[in-house]
Amino acid sequence: MSGPYVPEIATDREGNEHEVQGWQGDFYGGKLGFWLFMLTEVMMFGAMFLALAYYNTLHPQDFLDASASLNRLLGGINTVILLVSALTMGLGLLKMRAGDVKGAKLMIWATIILATAFLIIKGFEWTAEYNHGIFLMHDKLLPESSLAFGQKLFFGLYFSMTGLHGVHIIIGIGLMLWLLKRINAGKVSTDHNILYLNIALYWDIVHLIWVFVFPYYYMIGAGGVTGGH
Amino acid sequence: MSKTYFDETHCAIGHPKSTFMQWMLTVDHKRIGIMYAAVMFVFFFVAVFTAFAMRLELFAPGGQYMDGDTFNQAFTLHGVIMIFLFIIPGIPAIFGNIVMPLMIGAKDVSFPRLNWFTFWLYIAGCCIALASLFIGEGVADTGWTFYAPYSMNTGTNVIMALVAAFVLGFASILTGLNFLVTIHRLRAPGMTFFKMPLFVWGIYATAWIQLLATPVVGITLILAILEKYFGIGIFDPAKGGDPVLFQHLFWIYSHPAVYLMILPAFGIMSEIIPTFSRKEVFGYRTIALSSASIAGIGYLVWGHHLYTSGMSDVAKTVFSFLTFFVAIPTGVKFYDWVATMYQGKIVLSTPMIWAMGTIVTFAIGGITGITITMIGLDIHLQDTYYTVAHFHYAILGGVVFLMFAGMHYWFPLVTGKLYDEGKAKIAFWLNFIGFNLLWFPMFIAGYYGMPRRYFDYLPEFQIYHQISFVGAVVFIAGLIYMFWVFFKGWTKGEASTPNPWNATTLEWHLPTSPPPLENHTKVPYVDFEPYEYHHGEPVVKFNYETMQRID
Repeated sequence: MSGPYVPEIATDREGNEHEVQGWQGDFYGGKLGFWLFMLTEVMMFGAMFLALAYYNTLHPQDFLDASASLNRLLGGINTVILLVSALTMGLGLLKMRAGDVKGAKLMIWATIILATAFLIIKGFEWTAEYNHGIFLMHDKLLPESSLAFGQKLFFGLYFSMTGLHGVHIIIGIGLMLWLLKRINAGKVSTDHNILYLNIALYWDIVHLIWVFVFPYYYMIGAGGVTGGH
Repeated sequence: MSKTYFDETHCAIGHPKSTFMQWMLTVDHKRIGIMYAAVMFVFFFVAVFTAFAMRLELFAPGGQYMDGDTFNQAFTLHGVIMIFLFIIPGIPAIFGNIVMPLMIGAKDVSFPRLNWFTFWLYIAGCCIALASLFIGEGVADTGWTFYAPYSMNTGTNVIMALVAAFVLGFASILTGLNFLVTIHRLRAPGMTFFKMPLFVWGIYATAWIQLLATPVVGITLILAILEKYFGIGIFDPAKGGDPVLFQHLFWIYSHPAVYLMILPAFGIMSEIIPTFSRKEVFGYRTIALSSASIAGIGYLVWGHHLYTSGMSDVAKTVFSFLTFFVAIPTGVKFYDWVATMYQGKIVLSTPMIWAMGTIVTFAIGGITGITITMIGLDIHLQDTYYTVAHFHYAILGGVVFLMFAGMHYWFPLVTGKLYDEGKAKIAFWLNFIGFNLLWFPMFIAGYYGMPRRYFDYLPEFQIYHQISFVGAVVFIAGLIYMFWVFFKGWTKGEASTPNPWNATTLEWHLPTSPPPLENHTKVPYVDFEPYEYHHGEPVVKFNYETMQRID
């Protein structure tokens, strides 16, 4: 499995030669595999959105009330941060393809910093909610508290989904650090950037999930705050 | 003598000297398949003997040597092992790995190292499941379906079983992903989708289910874990949650999962029938496309598990009709197989009699499935032995029987040896008779109202349980004898030629038996249909050195 890979040639009965696709150096195969993996992420979060939508139809008013109490400013800032980070990640890939390795690395670092900022802001949000008595296994979310069923479910799902999304962000940061290491080792280069492409793809799905999480959790109750409900 | 894949291998990390470490680190799809088989059959026998322990308890009414709680744990253990450790990963992981790349003329799967990682992920899942036996209050007692809210309240190790199922599910997803990319990218030049052997079609349809349905159950199990540890409320009525939602999410995966089990098994059937009828398969395209449509329709039928759980009448009717639909492509396959045999030169080798036996058992399993698709009948038969018997006829008499058929069919390919045909046929008859004796009485007992999962019963059911017990003894004897025949074949059997069955598909056109490390000497150009016979002889012949056609 070492040395440059030379594709095999298959010959048909007329003597025409056909190049054989091997598993080695299969760019499209790598891309296809990762797209398929992204589909599993969609199915996974899709199931959670299904549960969310189901309970929303059971308890519409509770969901609006609970949503109104979330911090739209911090959530909004986080949305912007993630969208910008998706941009930096994509720009870095373009730079890598154009041969600007240094610029690409800079862009990856920018993405890592933005991702960290996202986590820190998320931390502030969760802390504030904890102080209001809203956290898993805590105060208002315990079975004996008098908080409405719908609100308990809303917050239970909120912590599950934003928590799982946060785990994806942490994994993403890890992947980017690994990517930097691979770039420094010369394993990812202008011509051989499948790893970069796939991690950029991963980062896209992470921000895409948030693009759905943000309106469903933060925005549905926005009308209640401005009085337009 | 030329080297085979038993003599040399590629490794995931470095290249260790010791043979043992070479097996542990191997990325060769054939070795990985064999290791899966070894582990899975160990678990298979553990689950078989758990089931036998339950049969012993049920020999007479009243408690014998097992109390109700132990009995609950026993059937959960049986279910979890059989479903998650054995039958769901089973055929794809074993034969998908060993045979599928050979069939499409590839050197390996698309991501060999991922394949190696997946195997160890599977082992990790098995270890977690095993550990739950010995930690705390022992193995879960919820049944393999983990229905909320009981699974949230019981003191047994539900969490570990859930984590194990999640890890195994993840391994299943990665296997499916690997196979999908392999089938899309690594087919030999000239092999279009409609020139693929039908087993590859089965694996292809299965891989889509693995990829798209498993994440749903994965997240459901995670939600159940979060529910249990953090009380998020989602399945807990005390917080407004809905336990029926768990059932929906669970069956959205777990119903497609039964098609995930059966589709590759149908693929094995579609290989064996034309080979031993020495005839082109009847309706190639209909078999291929029925696999795809079973996979598609299979997503839309999960509601038939919830007829008695509380669902609107409209939803019940819709699910009932959709479930009838799924029988159509299955029926198409059956007619195609029978039509293939019609006027063929049938050779009654062991794989063929296993396949023909399965046509009988799976037909019973399938048709009784149609009866419980009907809402009215199902209300009567839900959670009775009738349903248990239906499931075992379909899965044991369908999937596992075809897996055994495949083992007999590909045994010479994998080991390079032949087993004793006469003894293998005796083993088949023991299994077949024991199987029917074991499960057929349950249809009757279930129809008269014997509920499943009970360790005790009314005296009038005793005769059925006792017939079942006799069947179980015969069946287990048959199983052990079958593996003994395999063992003798592998250690002392005659050497096999590369193509002992006169089969046509590419896995039989290898230079040696067992195959060399990187499979075919050269990748062939595929300009032929998978099952071309002329007057009972294979049409396509190769020079195994150059892989050029010489017919």
